[in-house]
Amino acid sequence: MLWLLFFLVTAIHAELCQPDAENAFKVRLSIRTALGDKAYVWDTNEEYLFKAMVAFSMRKVPNREKTEISHVVLCNVTQRVSFWFVVTDPSKNHTLPADEVQSAIRMNRNRINNAFFLNDQTLEFLKIPSTLAPPTDPSVPIWIIVFGVVFCIVIVAITLLVLSGIRQRRRKNKGPSEMDDTEDKCENTVTIENGIPCDPLDMKGGHINDTFMTEEERLTPL
Amino acid sequence: MEKARPLWANPLQFVFACISYAVGLGNVWRFPYLCQMFGGGSFLVPYVIMLIVEGMPLLYLELAVGQRMRQGSIGAWRTISPYLSGVGVASVVVSFFLSMYYNVINAWAFWYLFHSFQDPLPWSVCPLNSNRTGYDEECEKASTTQYFWYRKTLNISPSIQDSGGVQWEPALCLILAWLVVYLCILRGTASTGKVVYFTASLPYCVLIIYLVRGLTLHGATNGLVYMFTPKLEQLANPKAWINAATQIFFSLGLGFGSLIAFASYNEPSSNCQKHAIIVSLINSSTSIFASIVTFSIYGFKATFNYESCLNKVILLLTNSFDLEDGFLTASNLEQVKGYLASAYPSRYSEVLPQIKNCSLESELDTAVQGTGLAFIVYTEAIKNMEVSQLWSVLYFFMLLMLGLGSMLGNTAAILTPLTDSTLVSRHLPKEVISGLVCLINLAVGMVFTMEAGSYWFDIFNDYAATLSLLLIVLVETVAVCYVYGLRRFESDLQAMTGRSLNWYWKAMWAGVSPLLIISLLIFYLSDYILTGTLQYQAWDASQGKLVTKDYPTHALAVIGLLVAASTMCIPLVALGIFVRSRLKKGDTAPVA
Repeated sequence: MLWLLFFLVTAIHAELCQPDAENAFKVRLSIRTALGDKAYVWDTNEEYLFKAMVAFSMRKVPNREKTEISHVVLCNVTQRVSFWFVVTDPSKNHTLPADEVQSAIRMNRNRINNAFFLNDQTLEFLKIPSTLAPPTDPSVPIWIIVFGVVFCIVIVAITLLVLSGIRQRRRKNKGPSEMDDTEDKCENTVTIENGIPCDPLDMKGGHINDTFMTEEERLTPL
Repeated sequence: MEKARPLWANPLQFVFACISYAVGLGNVWRFPYLCQMFGGGSFLVPYVIMLIVEGMPLLYLELAVGQRMRQGSIGAWRTISPYLSGVGVASVVVSFFLSMYYNVINAWAFWYLFHSFQDPLPWSVCPLNSNRTGYDEECEKASTTQYFWYRKTLNISPSIQDSGGVQWEPALCLILAWLVVYLCILRGTASTGKVVYFTASLPYCVLIIYLVRGLTLHGATNGLVYMFTPKLEQLANPKAWINAATQIFFSLGLGFGSLIAFASYNEPSSNCQKHAIIVSLINSSTSIFASIVTFSIYGFKATFNYESCLNKVILLLTNSFDLEDGFLTASNLEQVKGYLASAYPSRYSEVLPQIKNCSLESELDTAVQGTGLAFIVYTEAIKNMEVSQLWSVLYFFMLLMLGLGSMLGNTAAILTPLTDSTLVSRHLPKEVISGLVCLINLAVGMVFTMEAGSYWFDIFNDYAATLSLLLIVLVETVAVCYVYGLRRFESDLQAMTGRSLNWYWKAMWAGVSPLLIISLLIFYLSDYILTGTLQYQAWDASQGKLVTKDYPTHALAVIGLLVAASTMCIPLVALGIFVRSRLKKGDTAPVA
């Protein structure tokens, strides 16, 4: 009698969990892609851990705190590794609605991934879209900071160059005008002293910067 | 007393200035494309021939004219013949157009440079869509680097008619770019002479670093072998020769007046023949050097894409047939495909349309030039390297140096005639003139920061300088040889430098180079006429790729205006001077 009941239960379970059954989800793992040499073998112990993680996720849903590991049914395990699973209710006659399972898995996706050393791409729940991590958005975009620094440096450099240019020009303008004054005085003394020329004092000639003289100007023009 | 002309502090500054001007972005993003399109290694044959026949003579001519006349382009051509000062004016106009749009590239380089200080690089990940379940649609259809370029940098509109508004981020970068240019030209040759030490040498440092890095990348040799394998049949293709001539011509920056301006600040006795040969050789070898780097980067990118394509196929087959994870590899892929096709024919035929044929050659064949190469292809390769932030910063810093060096030459071409003319320099000091030029260029350059700005950029890039320069240089050569007189010019040069002029230069200037330029002109004009309507590439956000569209009439009008504005200067100014001299003769006649 008990054997009959057992067969009945497994038969019902088998019916509940089938590819493309109602409320069933396909899971696909790529362990070798993720871990390479450190890949572990997928055996019944790993399946037990998987059932435990799913049951744990369901227990976090209000009204489903009594979910047990035995309520999670796996089937059609392939070499890939891929399989289907359903979560049944305590009576083991019906499966829990897909949206509840989906939201529970999405909430705890990170914990499930970490239990198997995998990530969203290598532990796939088909039909359950993963919530992508938003890109980190700092309050001030970094590029504006760098831009501000470079901008300030350039502005400071321009101001310095312009100011030094103005100062140089002012010094140059002041120089000849001072010489002009003494020359005027000289000419005044000429007229007052009646005839001593100041021509030898050719002040203006001494202010040309020799480094900028070109070859032709070195030769005195006729 | 005439104010003494400022000089370069030493001849090295002059050479560096010319190198920094000539070695620009074209060496990095145009030459590798041409090399790839026209026969790989065999493209070097027409390239070197054109260098010797066209590049060196014309460069020597411009430097000699500048050094002899000791004035900017307008003054120099006025000295040769008053009727030809229009050539100088045309040079200034073309330089003006060029500096308007060229600095936008520097602005984009700044933008990418500032964004390189992030982890991960912003062009390596797609942003999420609104409900965070997937990536942004446009980014999925295109690639991440294309998305970052077209959406985040340019925020491009679907066509040239939808102008959109000025984008503040590129506008800020453009303001910064012009401030940097102003800083470098502020004091004339004194400041420019020091800046060119950096703008000429730093790009080489970065290129060498990239060469070492590029050659050690996985798959680099694929690119090098594929690109440099000579396809000798391309030597018979006239387009290869025409493109080689065009590349040499534009790469050296002839006709803008920058070389004349730089040479005018030289000592009259400096050996401009030696300088011309050095600068042209360095320019061409930089092109070849840059293409080695580019091809190794191409090889890396193509291999990377090829391997990801293979991995996608492997994943698809593994998932569809529930094969063991890790069973399918690149080596047994074909066998397993055959086995699956025979064992599960129905399921295989379902999956077959999704299986892409991954081919390394087709990945290598994607030839890109221009801003697409610099900002999309290179960034795609960089994002896959380790320590990608470092490589990104280095690369965009190099682009900045190259662009800045060329900008210094362009602005020198505009400013030297302005500061030479007593009309302007009497009232305004040099700093104010430079500032005004930068400000005007900045104001007009804001057009290129609008949403449709990239399309206007392409218009300026393709049409502002091409035809006009050919005409200007043709008139220059003819003017020196036939109007001024080749013998007179030869004796001038001999008196100035103390060396006699080699027969080779005379033959080139008088005969070969003008004929070459005329044939290039004929080719360009016939090409424009034959293609009929001009078209451009527009970015389609819904499909995530470029589509070809026709230019609207107002864009065509702008193109016509650009070409006419510079070329018409030559006859119009000649006419104006002729009329003025006639009027003067008419005035003086009755008095006498």
